Amino acid sequence: MSVAVRCRNLKKTYDGKVEAVAGLDLEIQVGECFGLLGPNGAGKTTTIEILEGLLLPTSGEVEIFEKKWSTHAQELRELIGISLQETRLGEKLSVRETINLFASFYQNPRQPQEVMEDMALTEKADAWVGKLSGGQKQRLAVATALVGNPKLLFLDEPTTGLDPQSRRQLWDIIRTFQQRGGTVLLTTHYMDEAEKLCDRLSIVDHGKIIASGTPGELIERTCGAQMIEFATSNGDATISREEWRKLPGVEAVHQDDGLTVLNAREPHATIPALLAAVEERGLRLDHLTTRQASLEDVFVQLTGRHLREE
Amino acid sequence: MTAHSTAQLESKPADKKPGIPAKGRRNSHWAGYWHLLGARLKELRREPEVVFWIFAFPILLALGLGIAFRNKPADVSRVAVVAGTDAENTAGLLTNGFHAEVLPRAAALQAFRLGKVDLVVIPRSDGSLEYEYDPSRPESVLAKASVNDAIQAGSGRKDVVPTSAHISSEPGARYIDFLIPGLLGMNLMGSGMWGIGFALVEMRQRKLLKRFLATPMRRSDFLMAIGSSRLVLMIVELVLLLGFGALVFKLPVRGALLTILLVSTVGALTFAGLGLLSASRASKIETANGIINVVMLPMWVFSGCFFSYERFPAIMQPFIKALPLTALNDALRSTILEGGSLRAQGSRLLIMCLWGGVSFILALKWFRWA
Repeated sequence: MSVAVRCRNLKKTYDGKVEAVAGLDLEIQVGECFGLLGPNGAGKTTTIEILEGLLLPTSGEVEIFEKKWSTHAQELRELIGISLQETRLGEKLSVRETINLFASFYQNPRQPQEVMEDMALTEKADAWVGKLSGGQKQRLAVATALVGNPKLLFLDEPTTGLDPQSRRQLWDIIRTFQQRGGTVLLTTHYMDEAEKLCDRLSIVDHGKIIASGTPGELIERTCGAQMIEFATSNGDATISREEWRKLPGVEAVHQDDGLTVLNAREPHATIPALLAAVEERGLRLDHLTTRQASLEDVFVQLTGRHLREE
Repeated sequence: MTAHSTAQLESKPADKKPGIPAKGRRNSHWAGYWHLLGARLKELRREPEVVFWIFAFPILLALGLGIAFRNKPADVSRVAVVAGTDAENTAGLLTNGFHAEVLPRAAALQAFRLGKVDLVVIPRSDGSLEYEYDPSRPESVLAKASVNDAIQAGSGRKDVVPTSAHISSEPGARYIDFLIPGLLGMNLMGSGMWGIGFALVEMRQRKLLKRFLATPMRRSDFLMAIGSSRLVLMIVELVLLLGFGALVFKLPVRGALLTILLVSTVGALTFAGLGLLSASRASKIETANGIINVVMLPMWVFSGCFFSYERFPAIMQPFIKALPLTALNDALRSTILEGGSLRAQGSRLLIMCLWGGVSFILALKWFRWA
């Protein structure tokens, strides 16, 4: 398999002070959908814009299809498609005119008509961009990226601010692109999006990758398979985290929003022991759920914060 | 119907085109340029403010000023005579070509201060007359002379030398003839600065420049398309204003059309360069707004759009003549009104080219795309 994106020890410092990207390594294979997951301000956009050749890194190396931006910019521009975070395209142009305009920049673009059909924009072909809904605008933004017939697609927060239906539509579009052999790099702060779309992902925080792998691997490795959340009352005896930690099969314990959360690899062993412990101490169980661990749990586990914490 | 239901109905199954997409057309070398130019012109045409400020506003201004300063058959001097001895008699002498009224002293002086009358005549008790006038107001000076003539003649003075007068008000020497080339110059400046400077900063603020930069689009194509869209608009502005002047005010267009077109082109490109420079760094339209106004304001005042810059002190003349709009206005007036040749505009064209060229080079050096 060949490498679509590779960067080594990428750093970006703004004004000599703010370190937006603090030494980041990535290797994305051709045909993969790769996600950069992280909270706002983690350095995702800076990273993706450096990879897109729109920002110069303070230090570090970037290779796209094993070529460098400094020597092969024009060639690479033909190979990649980009959707920036919050581009506002010309409002007084129609959807068709906008797609035609972007198509005209590429040597060998796709048929605009065909792209509009794929993007479900045919009915809006003659509508002005200013009159489109948020979801339609975002699909148009992706259409302008796809019309150049790219091999690699960069999507920066493609579904931020969209309603659930528009988000699912975009996911379908991204999957279709991937099925046709395309490579995708996307940033998101939605863990469900990363879990559903990405073959592999890296969790980014404070400009650094704190974990990488397939969604399943990350969850398995960091959290165990199951999360057991419960709350108790009526207990004069406060039970310390350490005691819960000693229950069979428990790998980690933390408090979250009034609940005690246990990471359990073997819930069938943990739950009876938990119930017995509650019984033994004369506590009342107010709440008990078990669920599959998610990427959100991975992030909380790794940083002690939620992804979308303000 | 909501947008989402539309989209849902239309969405195609993912397996419609398996594998690699069908081979598209190959774009020619200039496809990007032509599409950028087309898109720019469409956007301009669809922006009502642009249509108003570039096309309707100068014509309305010409119409308004043309009517306000039209050559009246005979200018009537407005005179106040202070009530008192002989006031009625004195006023009685001022019937032909004057508008004279008898007012109490305070009211007469008040009217003079407010500019409602050009001259106050104060009859004295000894039979002499005192004129109250303002030497800095031409109409006041004129009123004093003609009122004195009328009173002296009415009181029996005989002219020693017989004279006669012939009225001459030919097209070419009227205010409107002076005004229209000035408006054209001002318009070329305004639409160049706004049409380029403002548009670029807006595109930068929308991150559209950055989005374009992420494609294989050549930057030179983009800048050329912006420049060409100015030239297309310039031709429309030129034809509209000159056509309007010729049809409505019988403005004489004495120069060769090609020469006028060439002067306008150089002017439009000069201000396109200045617009580009003004927009090279600003990332907010408010900032660009300020910069553009600061650049244009001195030229609005000094460059002789509405009145001749000869009225400014001699010490300022070299500075005024070095301004690009002064050069453009002078060249337009010379070619349109006097039929001046292109060769005669040499130094003016040079001034414009210098401003435009230096601005363009600096703009390219400083221009911020993202």
